[in-house]
Amino acid sequence: MMTDLYQSQRAMRQMRRQAMQRGVVAILDVGSSKISCLVLRFDGTGRLSEDNSIGSLAGQTGFRVIGAATTRSRGVQFGEVTAMQETERAIRTALQAAQKMADIRVDHVIACFSGANPRSYGLDAQVDLEGQVVSEAEVGRVLNACDVPDYGAGREVLHAQPVNFALDNRSGLIDPRGQMGQTLAVDMHMLTVDAVAIQNIVRCIKRCDLELAGIANSAYVSGISALVEDEQELGAACIDMGGGTTSVSIFMKKHMIYADCVRMGGDHVTSDISMGLGVPANVAERIKTFNGGVHATGADDRDLIDIGGDTGDWEHDRRTVSRAELIGIMRPRVEEILEEVRIRLDAAGFDHLPSQQIVLTGGGSQIMGLDGLATRILGQRVRLGRPLRVHGLPQSATGPGFSSVVGLSLFAAHPQDEWWDFEIPVDTYAARPFKRAVRWFRDNW
Amino acid sequence: MRPLKATRAPVIHRSKPLEGPDADFASGERHETEPKLRLGGVKLFGRKSQRFDPAPSRLSYRLQRWMLTPGIRRGLKYGLPILAICAATGLYFSAEDRRVAVVAYVNDIKTSIQQRPEFMVNLMAIDGAGPNLSEDIREVVPLDFPISSWDLDAEQIRDTITGLDPVKSATVRIRPGGILQVDVVERQPVVVWRTRSGTELLDETGAHVERVASRKDHATLPLIAGKGADEHVAEALQLLTTARSLGARVRGLVRIGERRWDLVLDRGQRIMLPTDRPVRALERVLAVNEVQDLLERDVAVVDMRLGQRPTIRMTEAASEDWWSTKTDVSSRQ
Repeated sequence: MMTDLYQSQRAMRQMRRQAMQRGVVAILDVGSSKISCLVLRFDGTGRLSEDNSIGSLAGQTGFRVIGAATTRSRGVQFGEVTAMQETERAIRTALQAAQKMADIRVDHVIACFSGANPRSYGLDAQVDLEGQVVSEAEVGRVLNACDVPDYGAGREVLHAQPVNFALDNRSGLIDPRGQMGQTLAVDMHMLTVDAVAIQNIVRCIKRCDLELAGIANSAYVSGISALVEDEQELGAACIDMGGGTTSVSIFMKKHMIYADCVRMGGDHVTSDISMGLGVPANVAERIKTFNGGVHATGADDRDLIDIGGDTGDWEHDRRTVSRAELIGIMRPRVEEILEEVRIRLDAAGFDHLPSQQIVLTGGGSQIMGLDGLATRILGQRVRLGRPLRVHGLPQSATGPGFSSVVGLSLFAAHPQDEWWDFEIPVDTYAARPFKRAVRWFRDNW
Repeated sequence: MRPLKATRAPVIHRSKPLEGPDADFASGERHETEPKLRLGGVKLFGRKSQRFDPAPSRLSYRLQRWMLTPGIRRGLKYGLPILAICAATGLYFSAEDRRVAVVAYVNDIKTSIQQRPEFMVNLMAIDGAGPNLSEDIREVVPLDFPISSWDLDAEQIRDTITGLDPVKSATVRIRPGGILQVDVVERQPVVVWRTRSGTELLDETGAHVERVASRKDHATLPLIAGKGADEHVAEALQLLTTARSLGARVRGLVRIGERRWDLVLDRGQRIMLPTDRPVRALERVLAVNEVQDLLERDVAVVDMRLGQRPTIRMTEAASEDWWSTKTDVSSRQ
């Protein structure tokens, strides 16, 4: 199963290379509340400015967004596909609109999703080098030597990124290749998700006549776009408050070291409003968007909101609710979500990081007064994050709700090295059973 | 009291309103900016474009993707019109009478252009040829003027003229003013060649110039005779130049056995020259003649065929004379 995964991930990387050659790739964010799609055109790597300074886009200019579309998501709950047909239709809608805007046919798609119970594992391994110099094969060997924990049947590895290399006593190496030393150690972050969720998404995309050129977790990609460079370097948590899930990712030294997701999001707030006020979900959504908040003030008691209705009953259709009541409904749920996030961050040991920056992004982070509430629950250093600005992105897709799709396009342009980007040493395949037998003999006699 | 209008819709301040794809994106409506060569799949199948379910059907999705494929688009943009034009022309020309009509029309126009007075040639001017030759040329180039210069093939006319015997070279061009200018260089006869079948004139290359009735018409030209003499006119001329000192005594040269020359002088004298280096042999004879007046004597033949052994044949009278002298002398003793 391990090599299976390895092969399929390598196949996806191959597909991505093909897409790069063709120059056009679609970026698809399958979320619980909306499905957004960007069409990117790659036209060479971007150059730095004349005075050798890093420009405002930090070299992320290799691509340009030529098509963008977003549509209401259907058939996706908690970031997982629950109704295949519906999801497929929603994906088709978004893709068709984006293709139409781009005026070009797209064959390769890179997708991300948030749910499916992501779980992080920290792996490490150490090997003695065969030569003096660390080569690509040595890196592959040390990555392969990692002792993979038993993450359970029905789970798949989604990301497996080496986050730190150590050569003899020197740690914190980003790229050990070409350096001299005796022993090479690696720390790897591995993220597993439910296999079924991946398979469903792959299936949906296949049914749209597209090739999957990569798949990522949306906690990871929204971290890429919402965190600025020094936050990624010094350590920060990105909290992407989506519709069905709130995903958490922790970055350190420009690598994701932890990701998790809380299975609650903006849709739950909407459904609370809908239940509390007795209004349909779309009305509740509108009320939340226009009038929502988490901090009640004295003025909010006098601020009455028409919640309306379409029954024909005059009294029923003229119902109003004060904004304070609305806040009273929303706040406990938002608090609950943030408490849950707090628990995840504590479990990850976030308070031991040198920098405790927290960045809130995602569509849910647009609730008025959320930063104040988050400061009280998560810690002092909270800010609201918006995605990085990329070339050609429509202005309406620059809101925080699009941080994962923008991050995914950055990821598509410059993917981080993963475990499967390095070759497995050939001898481990054939020699492993024999070696195991020898070891068993040596251990027992 | 309840306020009449309590909704707190936030007023979004934008410096300028959204436009283009941004506006479409924000409002979520389909935009009909410029339908470039696209089949609206939805409309094609007679369904309303504004439906509750915005998702395209599988078929229209596929159709749209197909229409967005660069190859297909190029094919529709260029290939289809070209094909249509080809088919239309093919259909039009499939009928015989239409084809004939078009060809006739084109020919008509062509002729009307060719027959314009600017292109007409009215007469042929021949320079460098004698009256006889001019007549010959006019005979072999039968043109009925006026004729269009498009129908004249100067190359072919020149070849025809050059093919005439007395013509050495010719240039043919159409001069402004509608004149066909023919410049001819005639062959100049240098020798008279007498054969069994008649007498003709040859130029210095041995080429035939003209057949003449009598040698007397060209008394100034030297005479050569014998089969195959015309192929060695240059040698003959060399020999005649060498024999210049003999003056009027030279009657002519005879080619013997298609191999060598005999120089014939008056009084029936003959100088038989060898096959190779005949000029040298003749010079020897002339040198002897200079010193000993060889040719003034009663010599019938000077035989130089063998270089080591030049031989002299005396005339019969001389040898008889010589014999009688000899017997006289011996009898006297």
